[in-house]
Amino acid sequence: MNAPGFAVRDLTVVLGRGKRAARVVRGVSWSVEAGATLGVVGESGSGKSMTVLASAGLLPPPAAVTGSALLGGRDLLKLSRRELEGIRGRRLGFVFQDPMTSLNPLLTVERQITEGIEEHLGATRRAARDSARVLLETVGIPDPDRRLDAYPHQLSGGMRQRVMIAIALSCGPDVLIADEPTTALDVTTQAQILDLVRERQERTGMAVVWISHDLAVVGGLADDVVVMYGGQVVEQAPVETLHSAPAHPYTRGLLGARPVLGRRRDQLTAIPGTPPDPRALPSGCVFFDRCPVKGDPRCETQVPDLVEVGRRHFARTFCPEDQ
Amino acid sequence: MLRFSLARAGHAVVVLLGVTVVVFTLMHLVPGDPVRVALGTQYTPESYEALRSASGLDRPLISQYFHYVGSAFTGDLGVSFRTGEPVTLVLLERLPATLSLAFAAMVIAVVTAFPLGVYAATHQGRISDTIVRVVSQFGVSVPDFWLGILFILLFSSTLGWLPPSGYVPLTEDPVGWLSRVIMPATAVGLVSGAIITRFVRSAVLESLGSEHARTARAKGLRRRIVRSRHVVRNAMVPIITVIGVQAAILMGGVIVIEVVFAWPGLGRLTFDAVSARDYPVVQGAVLLVATLFLLVSMAVDLLYARIDPRISIR
Repeated sequence: MNAPGFAVRDLTVVLGRGKRAARVVRGVSWSVEAGATLGVVGESGSGKSMTVLASAGLLPPPAAVTGSALLGGRDLLKLSRRELEGIRGRRLGFVFQDPMTSLNPLLTVERQITEGIEEHLGATRRAARDSARVLLETVGIPDPDRRLDAYPHQLSGGMRQRVMIAIALSCGPDVLIADEPTTALDVTTQAQILDLVRERQERTGMAVVWISHDLAVVGGLADDVVVMYGGQVVEQAPVETLHSAPAHPYTRGLLGARPVLGRRRDQLTAIPGTPPDPRALPSGCVFFDRCPVKGDPRCETQVPDLVEVGRRHFARTFCPEDQ
Repeated sequence: MLRFSLARAGHAVVVLLGVTVVVFTLMHLVPGDPVRVALGTQYTPESYEALRSASGLDRPLISQYFHYVGSAFTGDLGVSFRTGEPVTLVLLERLPATLSLAFAAMVIAVVTAFPLGVYAATHQGRISDTIVRVVSQFGVSVPDFWLGILFILLFSSTLGWLPPSGYVPLTEDPVGWLSRVIMPATAVGLVSGAIITRFVRSAVLESLGSEHARTARAKGLRRRIVRSRHVVRNAMVPIITVIGVQAAILMGGVIVIEVVFAWPGLGRLTFDAVSARDYPVVQGAVLLVATLFLLVSMAVDLLYARIDPRISIR
């Protein structure tokens, strides 16, 4: 794994201390190779964003992070703050969910793109502006010269997310981490952003980690998919396998809760209940309370391991066959 | 910019008219007869009536009011009942003392509050943050005149380093001015500074936790740049607001501090004028303070627009 891919190994994140400690990520491992796309799926609070933020040292201080995050053979969690600053933005590009709040409202588009280029590539202000103009063109923003001088509030949501992507791509990263980048956008814009990222990936061969709560978005984009629930990986498989033969009851629930054109709404199956509180996790399977199967006496008392249930297919369940 | 300033000026005139109504009615509702106070021991029924009609106080209130506002527009704020001097002159004479004290106090307040607040926010939860919070809470709760008295006891009475009170204009004797302004300015400035510190801390904390600050960190910018360009800068709008309010309060004259330090400013003047029921002076002083207040808030609005491009001042 010395190729410029990205992997997290046994990553655990604990927020807060003592009785209020919340174990929001528990022993998560996954990897993505250069040129490939990993989809990370889960509902809010499943720990999917926490995993990538923690791996890049982007969580605020009271977070305790253990495990490792490997990029090009180096463990990001062992780097000093300065070393990490040299990797973020340079080799790891980030796109966040809400382009309304993720851009600085007080700085021009130009400044927000060029500051990273100046920092990492040592470019002059003028050279950085030229790169920024090219980047805006690349991400499909018309009239880039005028947009460079614009402030975020003068742009539409889709435009802003394109600017975010331009920032993330500005230093030619090895890995692009996209944390729900299309959730705040309308559907047509969403499709454009997906195309844009795919196209850039084909051209540069960067690895992409695409985080989403929407299996459909990830399905059209990813090679492999990781499903997270309650801070753990509950299933991991190539995207076709996951759709054709989901093994974990939670994944099956997610697939059933997805609306399909032509199917009546009352045929949608919701997953009853709410995700577990990370401050008071159950002793058994983390999905036990909401599980429609509960097909094994160990479910309530024992945490199932992530076991291989097929070719490159892993699931954290005692009863992968029960439908 | 020009249109904005004109619109704000028009707005200010309306506010000032409102201020005149309130002050005028209040002063006339308050018990106490200025003519009697002015005459003192020379009171006779005849001199009383003469002074009353000379001051226009025998006319109906409404006509007194319109007469007052009409002359105020030409810069004539009437004549002091006590001294017979034009109020406008009296106010202008006192203004430099108050402004120079307010300026010195603001410098002390901002110079202490800004770094402390930023430091506390960036060290949230550590002992240093707790110390800043406790000390600033103490500063908020302490009356400035009490601090002032402590300073006099320590630096003038005991150590003899500084003159205990008095005023020398800055333009005449800068060193003398400084040696006299430093105690009242510090007393007032530390209290204002404590308030500002707390605002700076919470504004910077909020900005530190914002998503765009996370983006800045994700870009791999150095911490110093993240803080200066993305965190503190974005926290400036609420910080400027509270600095503006504090500055306006100080310009209004810090009454008790001016009395304690025998500082011949607007606060002292207002205090004396109220005691003497010197209506014209009180009205003039309040009007002047309101004007200063409006000027400061206008300056604050202009600053907002310079910092935040979303606020347009067309």
